[in-house]
Amino acid sequence: MRAIFWNSCARTTEKNNTKIETLFIINHNMKTSIKSALFLLAGVALTFYSCKPKGPQAAIIGDAASKVYVAPGKYDEFYNIVSGGFNGQMSIYGLPSGRLFRIIPVFSQFPENGYGFSEESKPMLNTSHGYVPWDDLHHIALSLTNGEHDGRWAFGNGNNTPRVARVSLKTFKTEEILELPNSGGNHSSPFITENSEYIVAGTRFSIPMGDDKDVPISTYKKNFKGTISFIKIDPTSGRMSIGFQLKTPGVDFDLSRAGKGPSHGWFFFSCYNTEQAYTLLEVNATQKDKDFIMAVNWKKAEEYIAQGKGSMVKAKYAHNVLNETTQMATSEMMTEVMQLDPTILKDIIYFIPCPKSPHGCDTDPTGEYIVASGKLAALIPVFSFTKIQKAIADKDFEGEFAGIPVIKYESALYGEVKKPGLGPLHTEFDNNGNAYTSFFVSSEIVKWNVKTLEVLDRVPTYYSIGHLSVPGGPTRKPHGKYVVAYNKITKDRYLPTGPELTQSAQLYDISGDKMQLLLDFPTTGEPHYAESIPASMITPNSVKFYKIEDNHHQYAARGEKETKVERKGKEVHVYMTAIRSHLTPDNIEGVKMGDVVYFHVTNLEQDWDVPHGFAIKGAANAEILVMPGETQTLKWIPDEVGVSPFYCTDFCSALHQEMQGYVRVSPANSNVPIKFSTGKIEPEAAGPGK
Amino acid sequence: MNRIFCSLVAASLLFSCAPDKPKNVEEIPDQSSKSGPEAVLTDPTKGIGAVKTVTLHNPLEQDRIGRGLAIFEMKCSACHKLDETRFVGPGWKGVTQRRKPEWIMNMVTNVEVMLDKDPDAQKLLELCLTRMPNQNVSIGDARDILEFMRKNDGEK
Repeated sequence: MRAIFWNSCARTTEKNNTKIETLFIINHNMKTSIKSALFLLAGVALTFYSCKPKGPQAAIIGDAASKVYVAPGKYDEFYNIVSGGFNGQMSIYGLPSGRLFRIIPVFSQFPENGYGFSEESKPMLNTSHGYVPWDDLHHIALSLTNGEHDGRWAFGNGNNTPRVARVSLKTFKTEEILELPNSGGNHSSPFITENSEYIVAGTRFSIPMGDDKDVPISTYKKNFKGTISFIKIDPTSGRMSIGFQLKTPGVDFDLSRAGKGPSHGWFFFSCYNTEQAYTLLEVNATQKDKDFIMAVNWKKAEEYIAQGKGSMVKAKYAHNVLNETTQMATSEMMTEVMQLDPTILKDIIYFIPCPKSPHGCDTDPTGEYIVASGKLAALIPVFSFTKIQKAIADKDFEGEFAGIPVIKYESALYGEVKKPGLGPLHTEFDNNGNAYTSFFVSSEIVKWNVKTLEVLDRVPTYYSIGHLSVPGGPTRKPHGKYVVAYNKITKDRYLPTGPELTQSAQLYDISGDKMQLLLDFPTTGEPHYAESIPASMITPNSVKFYKIEDNHHQYAARGEKETKVERKGKEVHVYMTAIRSHLTPDNIEGVKMGDVVYFHVTNLEQDWDVPHGFAIKGAANAEILVMPGETQTLKWIPDEVGVSPFYCTDFCSALHQEMQGYVRVSPANSNVPIKFSTGKIEPEAAGPGK
Repeated sequence: MNRIFCSLVAASLLFSCAPDKPKNVEEIPDQSSKSGPEAVLTDPTKGIGAVKTVTLHNPLEQDRIGRGLAIFEMKCSACHKLDETRFVGPGWKGVTQRRKPEWIMNMVTNVEVMLDKDPDAQKLLELCLTRMPNQNVSIGDARDILEFMRKNDGEK
């Protein structure tokens, strides 16, 4: 009874901590009289609701469960592609069920399948700093055609060692990673233009650039600069290359969105720390009443490049590509990048004042409205693209900031959403002209009308929402139906697991006038931005296996006939095959101390969902998981004389436990020759060493 | 126009009134449709699948034999030997005498259904205990394999 009572307390007061404490005391003092406690509870709950005139309906309405129920064997309606934050990965969930299907390693090693450990994938994590096996993936951008999802690629940013990645939505594999030179951390990225012409990368931290980077930190104003990179996307292959970089004044770039429809050709970035502080930014970068939204005319920048007004500058950055045919990733070190200086080429960028450390900077589906959210503001300014254009034409500027014209706030402003909540962060849109803004400080989602700027509804989130996502929310044609909240804090929402708790998402139905909370689901890593796309756009293209005929890996064994063990000096290459339920060869001799052994394992299966794994005792890296038709390579340096077992790690058949083998390792000076076989029974005590 | 409007209204009413039912809870996913074609067992010795009749030629079609060998080495040899010995699966020697050509080609191209429904295939599974994997062999490729099997059985 007490347990039930406590549950009901928690549910009715989820939002407010002090209320939970109060009730807890009630629970203790009046445990003999449940009735009076319930009476008091009702009173408190009423007070709580009456504080909020448009009170959120915190209680789950009865049919919520059926709205998220996806029957066994049935598919979800949407793929939810979610950034993993500090796990450096992307994760794939289904909506509305919230079920986790897959984790795609992007910027982080993944011992579970060998990403970043296998010889094929190691080059993906190469950078100008060498091998960097971790990053912080914050934002997802799905590829677009005519401003709508086309289901081809998902892009993600690496915030720490500045990078962007491209993931195929056919194979759900990371296919490409491009490092960004002249960047101190890539946050406002990888937002995308409406025909996937470019994704962008804006430096979060400005840094000294050029020849003399060894400068006192206190010379920030003089020496620190930012850059915005426009990364070109090849329309066929998806391959990325830096089209150009814009040099900018030293500030912090936060988030961005491309224009669309009438504003296609423009990009909008939020920036903070226009104080140009370099210490205690919490205080020193929040002094000004307004920071900026930066509007970039990238079509104009393209014109200048065509006119030869850019300058090629030296740079060093890695470009890593997975070759589908050879199944190998390669890393190329790039040496130069095209730059434009908007303080000279004055009509590329403009600043627009925006209250209180802007964070989200989102364009609505029509492309006319740009919604900016000051993290510390108590209102949401909405800018008009038409007014911005007019202000530029009329030179309606209030002055310059570091050589860049600043448009007058009122001249760009469409209007302000008054008293929406505290700490607005991000805004997504539905297909009915409504916006949904997340509020970190007041832990809620607020729905408002873009045209009338009127607040229509608000729901609490549990707790401290960061990003939010409406399926198709950043496109010209949102799919609508749901909004998902990605929360930073879960506190009492799940069974506790020590000091470190799960992060979470919450699914709300937005198909009616009022938003309705349907589901909490835990998430891996720390999700930041996410996108959702109808399953019908992805499922039919999903690769089931790789055709063995098309495997052109240098060390592939396309059939057991091609299996062999080759010595090349101190290197031993094992061309191995895996099929239910044996590895060929499974007896290998002639390996010596001091050798480096490469197991190139080809999975001969040609059916869906039959990966084989490979692991060997003492390997100092990980396992490899080999998809049907694929070849993956595990490097192994034997460190003791004897016989080392290896085996298949992915339960593949009734005789999976039999899928094993042995490598004999002999002393460096031994004369045991290379020998390998499968299924061959030899007389005992045969061969050297006996 | 009016009619369209009315039906739109009707449709929206319909949707908004429809109870939020779980999606198709009662339906059990149709396994057979995923596993490939299924035919009525007219001639049980021909197996189950898309292959109804096979015309064999003598002498053997040489170009098929070469392709059949290549497919054998890539997709089959890990489990089947060319003599009588059972390895993971049965040895291939004599298979063209034991089985109808249609049965062989259906076994190669429609293996999941064969193992679930064909009595002879099920007997082999009881013997070998490893389900033969679907190696994504097309009907044309299966015909090449069949020709290679005939060669292996000594036909000219």
